[in-house]
Amino acid sequence: MCGIVGLFLKDKALEPQLGSLLTDMLITMTDRGPDSAGIAIYGDGSADHVKFTVQSNTPDVDFDGLDKDLSDALGAKIDVSVNSTHAVLNVPAASADVLRATLASIRPNVRLMSRGETLEIYKEVGLPKDVAAQFGISGMHGTHGIGHTRMATESAVTTMGAHPFNTGDDQCLVHNGSLSNHNSLRRKLRREGIHIETENDTEVGAAYLTWKMREGASLGEALESSLDDLDGFFTFVVGTKDGFGVVRDPIACKPAVMAETDQYVAFGSEYRALVNLPGIEDARVWEPEPATVYFWSHNSAPTTTEKAA
Amino acid sequence: MQTLDLQEIGLRQVNAQLHAQSETTNQTAWEIVNPKGAHAIACGLNAPIEVTVKGSTGYYCAGMNQQATVNIDGSAGPGTGENIMSGKIVIEGDASQYLGATGHGGLIVVKGNASSRCGISMKGVNIVVQGNIGHMSAFMGQSGNLVVCGDAGDALGDSCYEARFFVRGSVKSLGADCIKKEMRPEHLELLKSLLDEAGIDADPSEFTRYGSARNLYNFDVDNAAAY
Repeated sequence: MCGIVGLFLKDKALEPQLGSLLTDMLITMTDRGPDSAGIAIYGDGSADHVKFTVQSNTPDVDFDGLDKDLSDALGAKIDVSVNSTHAVLNVPAASADVLRATLASIRPNVRLMSRGETLEIYKEVGLPKDVAAQFGISGMHGTHGIGHTRMATESAVTTMGAHPFNTGDDQCLVHNGSLSNHNSLRRKLRREGIHIETENDTEVGAAYLTWKMREGASLGEALESSLDDLDGFFTFVVGTKDGFGVVRDPIACKPAVMAETDQYVAFGSEYRALVNLPGIEDARVWEPEPATVYFWSHNSAPTTTEKAA
Repeated sequence: MQTLDLQEIGLRQVNAQLHAQSETTNQTAWEIVNPKGAHAIACGLNAPIEVTVKGSTGYYCAGMNQQATVNIDGSAGPGTGENIMSGKIVIEGDASQYLGATGHGGLIVVKGNASSRCGISMKGVNIVVQGNIGHMSAFMGQSGNLVVCGDAGDALGDSCYEARFFVRGSVKSLGADCIKKEMRPEHLELLKSLLDEAGIDADPSEFTRYGSARNLYNFDVDNAAAY
């Protein structure tokens, strides 16, 4: 099964509540998939810095002195803010491209969860309520975010198998369903030089979008072509710096409900996830059509890379 | 009128109280408040009672219904009225996928739209939708009637047997072995009675009838090479 939630705020007054609203939505979806959970949240950021969310199974060892070691290695001041097993590295834009290699050499056990100007991804094995409490998600603010609670079918229950997956700068993907051609597609994408960490099917879906966009497709075009190239069942929710998008496979057997008011656009695997949102009684509630890309953006005039459809 | 607060007493209590009603109960009017999209609300009823759910429901509301009338004053989740045997379900909003799947009897009315796989494998249930229906509706439909006042999605009636489909608007595509059929006087009469029972004001003569071409009933030896 798996449960997905997403919340895109139009009303800035709700931004301080983003984390708590998303947390409640995700906890309601616990019985769709209780083995691991994750949240991608779009919060603060500055154009001259890139934020990297990293994870370690031994944070006491790996994060100890990490700011100093990274600053020395990169020759620039790197801020590290530790949050349980995760840490957010604030890296000057000029040093961002060498960060992955540098980190791999000085802290080989630290894994990269996300890269972007405003995106942070927190995910671990466990129930949504425990994962959300571990990272204090309900206290976080932001403009939009997506969450996922997993019932694993295609690969192991591990932190790296949890969703959301980072697909490119400030982009992430969550998935309900299963892809059946992920093995052949993984081989193809690795030949193309795309980094794929796990045997997870969704990571291949995310890598596919990354590859398509590297080849010049917009996110919307990449999602459109995923309908032809990915075999299996999927409801995808993708996050971008300015908004989020939704696409379901043509069979559309994985559930999806959307709600829109003047204050927000919300996504849930089930209506239950949306019932405590403010003003839900008067929201426009509908089921997204199969094989149709939907997109919402804070940017009123999105560029071709930001615009989905 | 008996009112049950789902948030207060929980789903099991709500359903247990409804299940406790017999053929001859005097408590025939029930209201469920605070449904909040919960699953399996008013499932498995078997008494001549009328239940109104004040809000939207999740999976399988009024599944396996017998005798009872269940009104959903909101939208309904996947599998609503699955395997309905008799009675009536009225959905004021939209219905999600596989509405009335495998239903053997009774009537389901949707005031809004129904999603994909509406009436899949229907075995005698009547379904009347005021709006549109999604793809693969009435797949393998065996018996009963599906009435659509709006449009139908892709592959209507794929591999159907003797179920009848009446569509007023367009049909995006017909499924395998489903064809357009002549609307004879008995069909107009049947359609009028279904629309009347559903409380929907529509002119039966504006509908088109579809059903099985019956070409898949028997093996065609010319296709032997395909297997």
